[in-house]
Amino acid sequence: MKLSSKWMQLAALAVLVAVLPLFFPSGYYYRVGALIFVNGLAVTGLVILIGYAGQISLGHAGFAGIGGYACALAPAHLGLPPSLSILLGAVISALLAMLIGKPILRLRGYYLAVATLGFGILVSMVLTNERALTGGPDGMAVQGLALRKILRGWGWKLTSGEFWYILSALAMLVGVWIALNLFQSATGRAMRALHGSEVAARTVGIDVARLKLQAFVISAVYASVAGSLLALQNQFVTPDIAGFMHSIEMVTMAVLGGVGSVLGAVTGSAILTLLPQVLTVFAEYEQLVLGLVMILVMIFLPRGLLPSIAAKLKGRGE
Amino acid sequence: MDALLQFMLSGVTVGAVYALVALGFTIIYNASDVVNFAQGEFVMLGGMITVFTYQAGLPLPLAAVLAIAITSLVGVALNKLALEPARGAPVVSLIIITIGASIFIRGAAQLIFDKQLHRFPSFSGDAPIHIFGATLVPQSLWVIGGAVLVFIALWLFFTKTLTGKAVLATANNRLAAQLVGINTGWVMTLSFALSAAIGALAGVLVTPITLVGYDVGVGLALKGFAAAMLGGMGNPKGALVGGISLGLLEALTAGYLSSQYKDAVAFIVILAVLFVMPQGLFGKSTTERV
Repeated sequence: MKLSSKWMQLAALAVLVAVLPLFFPSGYYYRVGALIFVNGLAVTGLVILIGYAGQISLGHAGFAGIGGYACALAPAHLGLPPSLSILLGAVISALLAMLIGKPILRLRGYYLAVATLGFGILVSMVLTNERALTGGPDGMAVQGLALRKILRGWGWKLTSGEFWYILSALAMLVGVWIALNLFQSATGRAMRALHGSEVAARTVGIDVARLKLQAFVISAVYASVAGSLLALQNQFVTPDIAGFMHSIEMVTMAVLGGVGSVLGAVTGSAILTLLPQVLTVFAEYEQLVLGLVMILVMIFLPRGLLPSIAAKLKGRGE
Repeated sequence: MDALLQFMLSGVTVGAVYALVALGFTIIYNASDVVNFAQGEFVMLGGMITVFTYQAGLPLPLAAVLAIAITSLVGVALNKLALEPARGAPVVSLIIITIGASIFIRGAAQLIFDKQLHRFPSFSGDAPIHIFGATLVPQSLWVIGGAVLVFIALWLFFTKTLTGKAVLATANNRLAAQLVGINTGWVMTLSFALSAAIGALAGVLVTPITLVGYDVGVGLALKGFAAAMLGGMGNPKGALVGGISLGLLEALTAGYLSSQYKDAVAFIVILAVLFVMPQGLFGKSTTERV
């Protein structure tokens, strides 16, 4: 039996994740890796929204902020363990996405972009201004996960870097697996039909509004969980997590790698996460290069890095 | 009463700047269907270039004119180098391109200039004018007057001149405009130059009041965008009314409700407008072409 493309993609990603640490010159790279996977998770959510359903959001960092601050606030004020706080953040994000998604998703194109952008900025403003609760712009400390201690109890001694590398990788792989499943499901196909033409999709009986909302809520949960994981591994969270630039970064990662494909999006998050690490020597040029990369990729590889390259290879091979 | 007047005066001043940014948005949006997220960078460039050429010894008016001219060139370059090659790309790609351009310009400004806040002297001194117990700096009048003048000039341009009508025709239907002999490429260049010049002018006018730094563009772009959307995308009258209303709402919020959430007003307004009347105050409703 031929292995389906879904399992091939998933296996390729899993092997890559497992093999990479062999080449790490120092423990620091585990941290960078974990960061890539967390971003990859959030961006996979955006692939469902932008790549599958064809809706844009410039405010998904807002959901990441909710996820991140849930892990900071719930343990401190409600006495909830951090692991359950991730869940709480995801539930709040999902409910909020449902609430604002209903009116917002009637909009299209630029209007949708601005509405979501407005939502994201409002979240980051609340996080910045409610000092008494969130510590304001300085952010607040986040309690670590108990899981690492439990693993240590079982004799599995991991450094913090290794632990987060593994956990983030697992989270991303689960996220990718769900996204790939969705792609092939009836819902996923309906979403892609909606992307092609909303009117046509409606004509063949697809509940367009419901489907858009589903994609929006799912991607919000992805962003929220990613935000939680980010806050937990940094053991610190600031309102920047919900900021406009973070939203832009997420969308850029998705579009850069190829928003139509999950693997492409993960590639995009790898590139954009690595860029500042590579450019540390030229920190002053970081913005210049980032801006240039965004423009050039959109002009020369409009479908994103991975799909464009794949199309080229395929064209040559056959 | 005094307080109310004071808030309104500062609101109109800020609103005039938003209106100028929104007008810039409108021109580019009409000509090319692109929402230019780099619009705020034009304002920043207008202020920054004036600051540095003025410090280099140029007289202020000359420095300002030079800044506006250079910024127009940047606008044209943005169209030629980044947007023309991506003609027909989906909205997401265009958004990424103009956001990329805004990050790029910001990065360049930070390298060429510096990361400090700057100002140059007000045009007519700093002695406040007293109006019914409220005060107004003379520079505010320059800002408000500038916005009104630009609006009138644009209105005359679009309704009375052949070139202006060519721009409108191109905005309406690019192909049809080409067929009747309009050089749409040139119209596009003109629109970007005009839009960038208006942005730069806003930067020149407002810098003595609010100061300028390499990163002031993002906030202004978002507010200007909110103003344009409030008035209805693509409508110059909407841009003006939207800008002033947004400025007033912000000032009144800061005065009576909460100065911390002053900046939130723009986005609450956007969301409210989009929910209730998605086409803005003056926009026309459209149907999707299949």
